[in-house]
Amino acid sequence: MIIQQVSVFAENKPGKLLDILSVLNENKVNMLALSVADTSDFGIIRMIVDDAEKVRDVFKNNGFTAKLTPVLAVKVSNEPGILFQFIKKISDANINIEYTYAFAEPCTKEQRVVLKVDDVVAAQKIVSNE
Amino acid sequence: MSLYWNEPAETMDREKLVDLQTKRFQSLIETVYQKQPFYRNKMQEIGIMPQDISSLEDVSKLPFVIKQDMRDNYPYGMFAVSPKEIVRIHASSGTTGQPTVVGYTKRDIGVWSEIMARSFSAAGVDSSDYIQISYGYGLFTGGLGAHYGAELLGASVIPSSSGNTARQVLLMKDFGTTVLSCTPSYALYIGEKMQEMGIDIEKLPLKAGVFGAEPCSEEMRKRIEEVLKIKAYDIYGLSEIIGPGVACECSAQDGMHINEDHFYPEIINPETGEVLPEGSRGELVITTLTKEGVPMVRYRTRDITVLSRKPCSCGRTLVKMQKVLGRTDDMLIIRGVNVFPSQIENVLVSISDTTPNYQLIVDRINNLDKLTVVVELDDNMFSDEVRKVEQMERSIKSKLHDALNIGVDVRLVNFNTIERSEGKAKRVIDNRKI
Repeated sequence: MIIQQVSVFAENKPGKLLDILSVLNENKVNMLALSVADTSDFGIIRMIVDDAEKVRDVFKNNGFTAKLTPVLAVKVSNEPGILFQFIKKISDANINIEYTYAFAEPCTKEQRVVLKVDDVVAAQKIVSNE
Repeated sequence: MSLYWNEPAETMDREKLVDLQTKRFQSLIETVYQKQPFYRNKMQEIGIMPQDISSLEDVSKLPFVIKQDMRDNYPYGMFAVSPKEIVRIHASSGTTGQPTVVGYTKRDIGVWSEIMARSFSAAGVDSSDYIQISYGYGLFTGGLGAHYGAELLGASVIPSSSGNTARQVLLMKDFGTTVLSCTPSYALYIGEKMQEMGIDIEKLPLKAGVFGAEPCSEEMRKRIEEVLKIKAYDIYGLSEIIGPGVACECSAQDGMHINEDHFYPEIINPETGEVLPEGSRGELVITTLTKEGVPMVRYRTRDITVLSRKPCSCGRTLVKMQKVLGRTDDMLIIRGVNVFPSQIENVLVSISDTTPNYQLIVDRINNLDKLTVVVELDDNMFSDEVRKVEQMERSIKSKLHDALNIGVDVRLVNFNTIERSEGKAKRVIDNRKI
């Protein structure tokens, strides 16, 4: 399925991640997944939350540069080779994967892998044709 | 004892000077009215004819010229002679990517060389000296301006241009440089390089420096004099007028004598344009009395200073201007290069399509100016992908470099990080102690 990920910019300075987490805490936001990509100058914090639009606005109101990005979240069963098969299909279709991370759905306890691809709609079709 | 290059001109008595200035002013106005549609139109608009200018007091009737006029007439619209008579073109960087262009006739180059020779002489330099010119050579007026003056003086000129500092130091040592000419910050940098290379400055014959193209505080002069064990002299100029040499310091090291036989200075109230009496602090306005290629009538320099006619211990009767005390616009001088915040704004708009909030932080690190552009990431610039944000950062950097001709550091920050006062971000933080 396609879901909205919240991406937040963070300068690479002590306390920046804490600032971001405290915004989430103050606004009682439950975070399902978190991934951090960083360089020597800055980081990009990516997260999956319940109400992505609201959370993006909360960040913006708190002085952060934040935006929504549609990403593909695929359900993966806990057995060897499953992720391989998904990725192979996407790669065979010549769709580029920018980054990926995993999380567990709290209610269903299902594993999900988040894939940021250059063509999320096409990738979704390929994956859901299963 | 200070040396004169042209004693009659530099020590002319007041009455004679005013007479000379008046004659030259009248002939200048006559010339620009006839040859320059730009001035003719301006004068006709306010109903002034050349014959209405009969004394220096009448100068205040004429309109000002500003840098924008030069841009509007890019490239050759301000030239008053045919291309046949132009022998040199210089240019300085501009806010909209459009430089301001100036052209010189053979005689203009002669005047420029003469006033530079005066400047070196005032600093105690003569034909037996080895002058190392570490200003950039090229479109920038610093290098070639100093070069021609030093050659006219008859000194041995070492045209090392700027950059490659270790080599500058070696040249200085091996060639026995006695006089250095460059920007004050570069002089300090050379001094420190020398220490780093373990060269004993006391053993070198270097004795004086003529430094300009950027502001130099008294404190900085003292540091240069300490580090390089020399006497440091300030020199003033701007390409729109002629380049370095418009004014220079003498042995008194207390203000710069303006070469009044070639340049007529006024101090005005930058807000009202009203001419202020001697001793007032205000904006320096210069008229070129003898320039042929691109004559300037009442050019607003945007530099704030004070003029004084108190007699000088060096014997020169030419009026003295204080070190430039500030600017009436937001221009910054970074490593001798003019930088306007609007140039940076243009680059950012071209990348983002909107105007992101930004701030310029200027520091002086190891005596070199460093410009950091802090940019608030807006939605158009931000991406969830590191690669794209990095790409954007690089593109800002390279476009700024192209626009400004100097290397710039870029720091991306979150939206709303830059402090606002009354809703507006403070654009420039200059941490240099000048």
